[in-house]
Amino acid sequence: MEQVVITFLCMAILLYFLLGGADFGAGIIELFTSTKNRSRTRKTMYHAIGPVWEANHMWLIIAIVILFVGFPFIYTTMSVYLHIPLAIMLIGIIARGTAFVFRHYDAVKDDMQWLYNRIFRYSSFITALFLGIIAGSLISGHIDTQASDFYTAYISGWLNWFSVAVGFFTVALCGFLAAIYLIGETKEYHDKRRFIKKAEFMNIAAVVFGAMVFMAAQRDQIPLIDWVFKSKVGLSAIILASLSLVLLWYLLIKGKTKILRILAGFQVTMILLAISYAHFPNFIRLKSGNAISLLETVGPEKTIYSLGLALLLGSVLILPFLGYLFYKFQKKEE
Amino acid sequence: MDDFIAARSQMALSLGFHIIFSCIGMVMPFFMAVSHYKWLKTGEEVYKNLTKAWSKGVAIFFATGAVSGTMLSFELGLLWPKFMDHAGPIFGMPFSLEGTAFFIEAIALGFFLYGWNKLNKWFHWFTGMVVGVSGLASGILVVAANAWMNSPAGFDFVNGQYLNIDPIQAMFNKAWFTQALHMCLAAFTATGFAVAGVHALMILRNRNAYFHLKAFKIAAVFACIAALLQPLSGDISAKDVAKRQPAKLAAMEALYKTEKPAPLLVGGIVNEKDKTVKGAIKIPAALSFLAHGDFKAEVKGLDQIPENDHPPVAITHYAFQIMVGIGTLLLLVSLTYFFILFKKKPLIEKRWLLKLFVFAIPLGYLALEAGWVVTEVGRQPWIIYGIMRTKDAVTPMPGIAYSFYIFSAIYVSLSIIVTFLLYRQIKMVPVLYNKTEQNN
Repeated sequence: MEQVVITFLCMAILLYFLLGGADFGAGIIELFTSTKNRSRTRKTMYHAIGPVWEANHMWLIIAIVILFVGFPFIYTTMSVYLHIPLAIMLIGIIARGTAFVFRHYDAVKDDMQWLYNRIFRYSSFITALFLGIIAGSLISGHIDTQASDFYTAYISGWLNWFSVAVGFFTVALCGFLAAIYLIGETKEYHDKRRFIKKAEFMNIAAVVFGAMVFMAAQRDQIPLIDWVFKSKVGLSAIILASLSLVLLWYLLIKGKTKILRILAGFQVTMILLAISYAHFPNFIRLKSGNAISLLETVGPEKTIYSLGLALLLGSVLILPFLGYLFYKFQKKEE
Repeated sequence: MDDFIAARSQMALSLGFHIIFSCIGMVMPFFMAVSHYKWLKTGEEVYKNLTKAWSKGVAIFFATGAVSGTMLSFELGLLWPKFMDHAGPIFGMPFSLEGTAFFIEAIALGFFLYGWNKLNKWFHWFTGMVVGVSGLASGILVVAANAWMNSPAGFDFVNGQYLNIDPIQAMFNKAWFTQALHMCLAAFTATGFAVAGVHALMILRNRNAYFHLKAFKIAAVFACIAALLQPLSGDISAKDVAKRQPAKLAAMEALYKTEKPAPLLVGGIVNEKDKTVKGAIKIPAALSFLAHGDFKAEVKGLDQIPENDHPPVAITHYAFQIMVGIGTLLLLVSLTYFFILFKKKPLIEKRWLLKLFVFAIPLGYLALEAGWVVTEVGRQPWIIYGIMRTKDAVTPMPGIAYSFYIFSAIYVSLSIIVTFLLYRQIKMVPVLYNKTEQNN
């Protein structure tokens, strides 16, 4: 059952990165869209993610519940030492989640829309940034559970070059995912061009920030290069990601739009795999050089057994229903 | 502000905020389903408009409830890490099931909101019901987790260690049923009265009276049935609390001295220093009956409980008075309503009754919040009753007061915006649905 639970945890984190990430990306894209095109972007976006909006964010809840039930020590260590970035991410989640719904369901469309839009865009950016910072901090090895002063314990664990670089890298990836997704959601030529431009821009940003992640890793003495290039899995993942990027741009020129999102999703999956495979099942790397591993902190047997059972049961109920939701609201476009 | 107090205040605020939104999110789908059913059966346009109007409200509340719930799942760790270290694996079962229920709710809501004219009409109706049922299931599961904190089960506590953990037994702890029943009825009462009251107000102002009358009737029936059943559930709860948590019961009733038979104190001003209550109405032997079903039974007072295990008496007592007082009032309103219905008098002519419902708009929620204050404050100083103290569970991070200020500001602004949005929704009803009015 342990493997089942860990598989679900990884799946939930991955799906949140992809689906939730694309949602953040939609806000980020809007942030980088010129004022005159914003309302069109917004329309396409709403059309695309409206029906699946709430469902996309459930993956975070699934992941966090698995953590606190099955791996409480990991959950509480994160909660204590990454309290500040988690709180900021939560503020972002609250702000964008409500602003998105408010701007659609406000019965009167007036100046308030201006406020909702502002909040939605900036909080999308901040949420993605801090999600990345948190992810970066888990592997950065800056978290110091023996710290005695406030700064070392609660700030330097996440406010370091590496974590922040991963944060911006995540923002670019989210924007990229959203742009690729949106290309397939519109039929109008000019809109398509615009989203392709955005995808190019985000792609370049991702490469630039990706390079910065490596530089920051070097500076902070994190063996990122070893993880990625010295392990077979890491290396193959990176090669596959690069190949799929080439394929993606080729298909884009060819005008195939729906397959793109699968490639983009695949690419991000490969990047996550490359970064995390080498130190799996370690979940948090600590300053002391030790690591907190999923396998070593797993909860009591009966708990894991019933958690696994609940997850299996849940997916039997959820997945067909969710699949039908995606299918139904895709089909109407055709 | 002391960090410990700040952490408790932030938790109370987050829960208090979330509870209102999740209650609306779990109850309104049922109103919607009734109205939707009537539209499908009778083809009366007004029911379709009503369903749509309500579904917009549900979307707003659901989204707000979802984000505040996400917040809570993190906050448990952010504020109470030492509690979660031990409690997570024991009481996590209902949370993992709740994750499933909540997920299904979100999917079903996607179908429901975007499914008009796209889905088979009965499948569409069914997705609306799924929203309600899975919402209710989520609510029951979360309350079961809270019940575990009041009535810990499913582990052996040996020398400070949590052994032989059994999450299923923990979920079906002794308090889960009474708490969940009481909470579900409270959710229906509070939401029903709030919704009915808002529509009653619109009828009184004579705006789209036909539309609002239909809405009023659906909400009022749910509210009044729930309000009639609530005292029975309250009685079961009181007897249960008397058995499991005598300190909480004593604090609810401000019973400082063990008495046999014990009187019921109504109202009164508690002096925690002198351990006295002034100006309360005493009903002889009534507490003995309510707590143990026997007018002669002894009721344990706070004098039999060590001083450092006492909950704050004044807050618990006042909150309990508010809850019971409002409950009784709503019971009377419900009886009156059913009497009028039974007599087949047209509601529109009974303006005083509609006014009564308008007055009751906030009351259900006040009672609901007061009830949670009784449960939570009455459990203090424990976070896991009899096992772990709240002050031992709090995060070591200093400066929680700032976090409390920031989140207070967020919750206050969200409340203002949501109220504003609802006001606009209601104000727009004439513009959106005037056509209906003319047709009828």
